[in-house]
Amino acid sequence: MKISFNINGLPKTVEVDKNTPLLWVIRDILNLKGTKFGCGKAACGACTVHIDSEAVRSCSYAVKFAEGKTVTTIEGLGTEENPHPVQQAWIEEIVPQCGYCQPGFMMATAAMLEKIPNPTDEDIDNNIINVCRCATYYRMRKAIHRAAALTNDSSNPLNS
Amino acid sequence: MKKKHLGYSMLLLIISVGISVGVTYSNPKTSDYKKLTSANTEKTNSDKAFNKMMDVLSHKRCVNCHPSDNYPKQGEDSHKHLFGIQRGTSNHGVPAVKCITCHQDENNDYSGVPGAPEWSLAPESMKWEGLSRIEIAHSMLDKTKNGNRTHEQVMHHLTEHALVLWAWNPGVNAEGIPREKPPIPKDEYIAAVKEWFENGAIIPEE
Repeated sequence: MKISFNINGLPKTVEVDKNTPLLWVIRDILNLKGTKFGCGKAACGACTVHIDSEAVRSCSYAVKFAEGKTVTTIEGLGTEENPHPVQQAWIEEIVPQCGYCQPGFMMATAAMLEKIPNPTDEDIDNNIINVCRCATYYRMRKAIHRAAALTNDSSNPLNS
Repeated sequence: MKKKHLGYSMLLLIISVGISVGVTYSNPKTSDYKKLTSANTEKTNSDKAFNKMMDVLSHKRCVNCHPSDNYPKQGEDSHKHLFGIQRGTSNHGVPAVKCITCHQDENNDYSGVPGAPEWSLAPESMKWEGLSRIEIAHSMLDKTKNGNRTHEQVMHHLTEHALVLWAWNPGVNAEGIPREKPPIPKDEYIAAVKEWFENGAIIPEE
């Protein structure tokens, strides 16, 4: 089945079994390796991407549902020269240890900041439910607050 | 010899008297049976339909998403949804962890995540968890709790809404084990719901 969607700003059409998890289309067909396979059960969040601005577990998302939608992966969040505030904060706070789950955490955080620009610790606990086996949660919490500050700074015209 | 014969006769007499007394006491002389009126028959049918409907509505496939707190339940043991998933302000989760973060319009047999159109929690006013069958029925018909639905609209929800009928197509869990379906077949349940409403939606007394 042919399925068309926009990913990281580019229109793409893939021909695959319609029930293929979006994760495998992203990684194996579109060769975007930043999105990770963790549990395959929509539990750990390593595969989190944005679909029409909502955080979604791509391991549990049949590609047919992406038809006509806008998908963003970690590669589309920012670039090395122009990092997203979440990526910038992650660098500043030296968050990753092994790093495997971090793209999913950054995608989840970016989705949260779109809806809650100044999250409290409680907001973070309620909205960021991904799993990190290195337990970098403490540094992630600091980075999320830092990302919120960076986002608010960059969105304030007096600071530009 | 004559004495022995007399002894046997006495014994037989005692046994036969005993049996006849026993039979007399175990059989009432009159029956309490009363011929059923049509009202009785309708009530009986209505109660049967009610019980069949409630066998389904009180099942975990329904009640897991009609919680009495702000947490969906999951699994055959109706445990609190893993990862602290919450109701949120619109019954679809919190801003960055909504139902659609994991649940789509159909079951995902690869991940074991269930799905159906309009996947969400029932509103807080429609909490059924912990209620008796009678209490669930009263709540279901109470316009202040059921979203101001008429009987017809409630019947439509119960018999046609894809999210409700998902209960008979619940897919497999994360271990690939099929989820338990309600104890009544779908067609039988739908017929029972319609019959109950057509008979006036009478809720039996506690």
